[in-house]
Amino acid sequence: MSRPDLGIIGAGRVGTALARLAMRSGYRVFLANSRAPESLKLVAEVLTPGATPVTAGEAASRGGLVILALPIRRFRALPVEELAAKVVVDAMNYLPEEDGIFADVEEDSRSSSEIVQGFLTRSRVVKALNHVGYGELEEESLPGIEGRRAFALAGDDPAAKRAIAELISDLGFDSLDAGPLSEGWRFEPGTPAFGGRYTASGLRRALDAATR
Amino acid sequence: MEIGVYSFGDVQRLPGGQLGSTAEAIRNLLEAIQLADQVGLGFFGVGEHHTAQFPASTPATILAAGAATTKRIKLGSSVIVLSTDDPVRVFQQFATVDAISRGRAEIIAGRGSSVESFPLFGYDLADYDKLYAEKLDLLMKLNEGERVTWSGEFRRPLKDALVVPRPHRGRLKIWLATGGNPESSLRAGLLGLPISYGIIGGRASRFTLLANLYRRAYEEAGHDPSGMEISVASPGFLSEDAKSAKDTFFRHWSRAIEAVARERGFPPPERRRFDWESNRDGALFAGSPEEIAERMVALHRAMGHVRHFLQMDVGQLPHREYLRSIELLGTKVLPLVDQELR
Ligand SMILES: NC(=O)c1ccc[n+]([C@@H]2O[C@H](COP(=O)([O-])OP(=O)(O)OC[C@H]3O[C@@H](n4cnc5c(N)ncnc54)[C@H](OP(=O)(O)O)[C@@H]3O)[C@@H](O)[C@H]2O)c1
Repeated sequence: MSRPDLGIIGAGRVGTALARLAMRSGYRVFLANSRAPESLKLVAEVLTPGATPVTAGEAASRGGLVILALPIRRFRALPVEELAAKVVVDAMNYLPEEDGIFADVEEDSRSSSEIVQGFLTRSRVVKALNHVGYGELEEESLPGIEGRRAFALAGDDPAAKRAIAELISDLGFDSLDAGPLSEGWRFEPGTPAFGGRYTASGLRRALDAATR
Repeated sequence: MEIGVYSFGDVQRLPGGQLGSTAEAIRNLLEAIQLADQVGLGFFGVGEHHTAQFPASTPATILAAGAATTKRIKLGSSVIVLSTDDPVRVFQQFATVDAISRGRAEIIAGRGSSVESFPLFGYDLADYDKLYAEKLDLLMKLNEGERVTWSGEFRRPLKDALVVPRPHRGRLKIWLATGGNPESSLRAGLLGLPISYGIIGGRASRFTLLANLYRRAYEEAGHDPSGMEISVASPGFLSEDAKSAKDTFFRHWSRAIEAVARERGFPPPERRRFDWESNRDGALFAGSPEEIAERMVALHRAMGHVRHFLQMDVGQLPHREYLRSIELLGTKVLPLVDQELR
């Protein structure tokens, strides 16, 4: 089966962990930080051998799927044009204790991924891969096994969600459709699903138990 | 490999259940530093925090008291939140500790994982990365000589300013602290600084990749290889037997983690996960001296670190048990590690 190329914007803890996992199951990965690709050369060589360092714009245009793994307070720097029509995974969280107070999200009652979708109006945003610690991604990945740890995904485009469900499965986890993007708040920080270890059925209950 | 301790100054819990005084926590911390020296440990770090549970807000002040009352142990911040401090002041304070201790002071500088110092000192978290880079740059400059000319974005320039006292041996050792962000490993290597990894959860050996990145960057930048050093800081606790060490530590560690978890919206720690993390390749070094020595040596073989230091006093861990744990670390773990790595 042919897999789409993966663009990852943000080459920090999460971005590099996702890059390694994805390459393990045969994805080509284009990795970007906020600067010129040269700044990523050594990081890519040592931490994610095989991944191609590119600019954020190139990660967006070359990726069939694009993962956002940068701090949310930088989301307005995203390459809107290059991301148009793309399936975009929003793995970002808003944690005031780490990010500081960020008015764009703080003063908006929508889930953070709806705010990102509101900025990337022509992209198909799927919220996913945000409610797991980066270290656990590689520790707990079980490719090809059923009944493993499950991750939620929320989005408004069914085809985009199917693509991300496949990606998550390739990364070594089950996935669970949590509904439209407006349901994404159910696995944001502070909910039972956030950081919790669940198989799909447990995750369903955790999503249902969320309150706001 | 050097073995040591670090602390944020844990307050005690009173018999009635309330938190004990923050002043007492500072005195307890000083006693711990003195004991660590007496039992032969190589390093004691004090980590800047500003909370009711962790009141060690001014590491250099505590370390100065430690410097005056210890003989051999190295004394450092672990970490000092450089982004919200004045590098000139930080340098002067640690140079003073260094003078008192005749060359035993070190600075471990980091961005800090908690951000309570930003509002406290009137800084904007939006400047997080820029503040850190600029202040680290000035701090390194101050270490080069007593007359400093420097300019940056966040303060007025320094013109041929005199910064004293000077460190006992001319320079302070300045480490860069990181919790696993790749950019920090790269930066430390490019700057030619020793690096200190805070490994507080998950599999400890996942940091081996970052250590490789640090070494590669360090070598490619062409710095003097003798300064290429890695240390590891992690939670841990010792009792004579493994089970009581893990039980005691879980009781207190989980309380401390729970508070952070509540703030950051993730679930409280589970005992099952703790047991996984406090065995084999996990990041928590709670156990018997034999077990901990063995696990430190195993990690050393993967990471090649020159120092491993443990944070034991968290979540109102009783002071007496804390002191006992420090004693075991010095009298039991240290000789076992020495023997293995000789
Ligand atoms: N840490 C976790 O366990 C975890 C888990 C799930 C989700 N998340 C979320 O994932 C995101 C990243 O977290 P992290 O822990 O990986 O952070 P990190 O280690 O600090 O890395 C952040 C990365 O984002 C890059 N970046 C910053 N601004 C950018 C921009 N304008 N364009 C492109 N890249 C940019 C940084 O590059 P520069 O070096 O050039 O600044 C860096 O590579 C956050 O939103 C976080 O909430 C984190």
